[in-house]
Amino acid sequence: MTVYLLRRLLQALLVMLAMSVIVFVGVYAIGDPVEILISPDADQIERERAIKALGLDLPLWQQYLTFLTRAVQGDLGRSFVFNEPALQLILQKMPATLELAVGATFMAVLIGLPLGLYAGLKPDSVGSKAIMAGSILGFSLPTFWVGLMLIMVFAVQLGWLPSTGRGETAEFLGLRWSFLTRDGLAHLILPAINLSLFKISLVVRLTRSGVRETMLMDYVKFARAKGLSPARVTYVHVFKNILIPVVTVVGLELGSTIAFSVVTESVFAWPGMGKLIIDSINVLDRPVIVAYLMIIVLMFIIINLAVDLLYSTLDPRVRLEGKS
Amino acid sequence: MSDVTVNEVPVVAKVVKEETPFRRFVSEFFASKIATGGLIVFGIIALLAILAPWITPQNPYDLAQLDIMDGRLEPGSVGGSGMTHWLGTDDQGRDMLSGIIYGLRISLTVGVGSAFIASLVGASLGLLAAYGGGRTDSVIMRLVDLQLSFPTILAALMILAFLGKGIGNVVIALVIVEWAYYARTVRGSALVERRREYIEAAQCLALPTRRILFRHLLPNCLPPLIVVGTIQVARAIALEATLSFLGLGVPITEPSLGLLIANGYEYMLSGKYWISFYPGIALLVTIVSINLMGDHLRDVLNPRLKK
Repeated sequence: MTVYLLRRLLQALLVMLAMSVIVFVGVYAIGDPVEILISPDADQIERERAIKALGLDLPLWQQYLTFLTRAVQGDLGRSFVFNEPALQLILQKMPATLELAVGATFMAVLIGLPLGLYAGLKPDSVGSKAIMAGSILGFSLPTFWVGLMLIMVFAVQLGWLPSTGRGETAEFLGLRWSFLTRDGLAHLILPAINLSLFKISLVVRLTRSGVRETMLMDYVKFARAKGLSPARVTYVHVFKNILIPVVTVVGLELGSTIAFSVVTESVFAWPGMGKLIIDSINVLDRPVIVAYLMIIVLMFIIINLAVDLLYSTLDPRVRLEGKS
Repeated sequence: MSDVTVNEVPVVAKVVKEETPFRRFVSEFFASKIATGGLIVFGIIALLAILAPWITPQNPYDLAQLDIMDGRLEPGSVGGSGMTHWLGTDDQGRDMLSGIIYGLRISLTVGVGSAFIASLVGASLGLLAAYGGGRTDSVIMRLVDLQLSFPTILAALMILAFLGKGIGNVVIALVIVEWAYYARTVRGSALVERRREYIEAAQCLALPTRRILFRHLLPNCLPPLIVVGTIQVARAIALEATLSFLGLGVPITEPSLGLLIANGYEYMLSGKYWISFYPGIALLVTIVSINLMGDHLRDVLNPRLKK
């Protein structure tokens, strides 16, 4: 176990390093930030001073090394635009995004699991066919378009819910959260629904196919032959075994939910990390782009590791030491 | 002699009806009405996209045909030139129906094109990984892991931020984010297949590796590849639309469905829904029809469900 963890951590470190090079070089290839940051009226001396202040006069590898040494110390550079540490800027926006992603995941499991279970147990019923058709729709609907339609129906036509922003926030654990106030919760509903649609479909389909495949297994037949009640067979024997793929995917999806919130946040003007990154790409705010990507990569490595560890708890057949 | 010929006729007829894997696959596919419906709808959409210049009431790129006075007309209203705009017009006075059919063209080209290139790249690398084994395998699979550990939308966003807008760049970005799915799928089935006797036989015949890979191994890994390919076309179309909506995809001169929807965004709040609504419906119908086919293909080709 320890060996496995150490090896995984080493791998994680290597991936981080590789990604930092890719991201840094990639971002370096984007246009010239000087053109955007310095007013066109500035004279040559002023320009050069600015370039020097931003460290843009050094060769690429030297810029990278400076970046790396500082990054190890927790300094991911200062935003060109806001003149604030990039890391701090992103962390400030993080609660908004996390709130949205967790809300969406919560809804996905709460709605998707029972529907999937039903569709898997009664695959030929009308209800199941409707659920499956709905899930294909959920997969196919482009997130951003659904968001627009939600705004159109619930905000413009019906006027029930607000369409943009986070609304009122309340402080908890030193951070500001929307879900603690009535107004904030009202603002959260539409974006969370929007972000969860895809995930609901995913959970439904995973659960359904898991149930269908598990029902054919000999141990289920045996449990039935033993005379166990259908409820016990379903909730103990089948349910436990389908949880593995569901937990894995929901866990992995938390990361991609956070990534996908880029779209939802843009549609609903939700002031999270996703909106920040789109804005930063548009103004070529390199340090923020780099810092954002490094945080996302780190997050994904942690999520992957956590899911693998959880996996072994749920399925004792998975031996962590055995495979790298 | 003539007796024999008479006897042969029914034998020939029987041979034609004999079940080949392909025929079984075709008949199983068409057994599902939903999947058949998906195929028909997709066929119509593809036809519309191909025939766009001949069937649209207006050429949406020809500025001479546009009249700004016709801007933001409601669906069904008649424009200044006496033309009925069944789906309304956008802010430039462009007929939405024409715009959507041309938009379909771009969306389909990007989606199908990128999925095709990605499947070529991915399948080749997957075969190589499975057949080569050892270091080749681990290098390719680490790359796959790296690619898959990163959300597609973000990777595509970054690549486009580096490369800039443009249809070609969107295709490149989609290929980079999609190849890993094909590689992983093909490697998985190739690992099973390469231990079969026919591969051994081919090796004993000293056939060149390339021939074994593409003529013997690949055809037997096709079923899962077809399923993944179908789903990936739908994903590519959706992803392109999303990127274009965020302003990082196709340029404004070649609007895909995503960009049309983005154009309508600002008018949505004032209740002018049609500029975003109808392109979205077109996008939805396209993606749903592909997914319906893919969904059924998965069931048809999944040996685990055939007990």
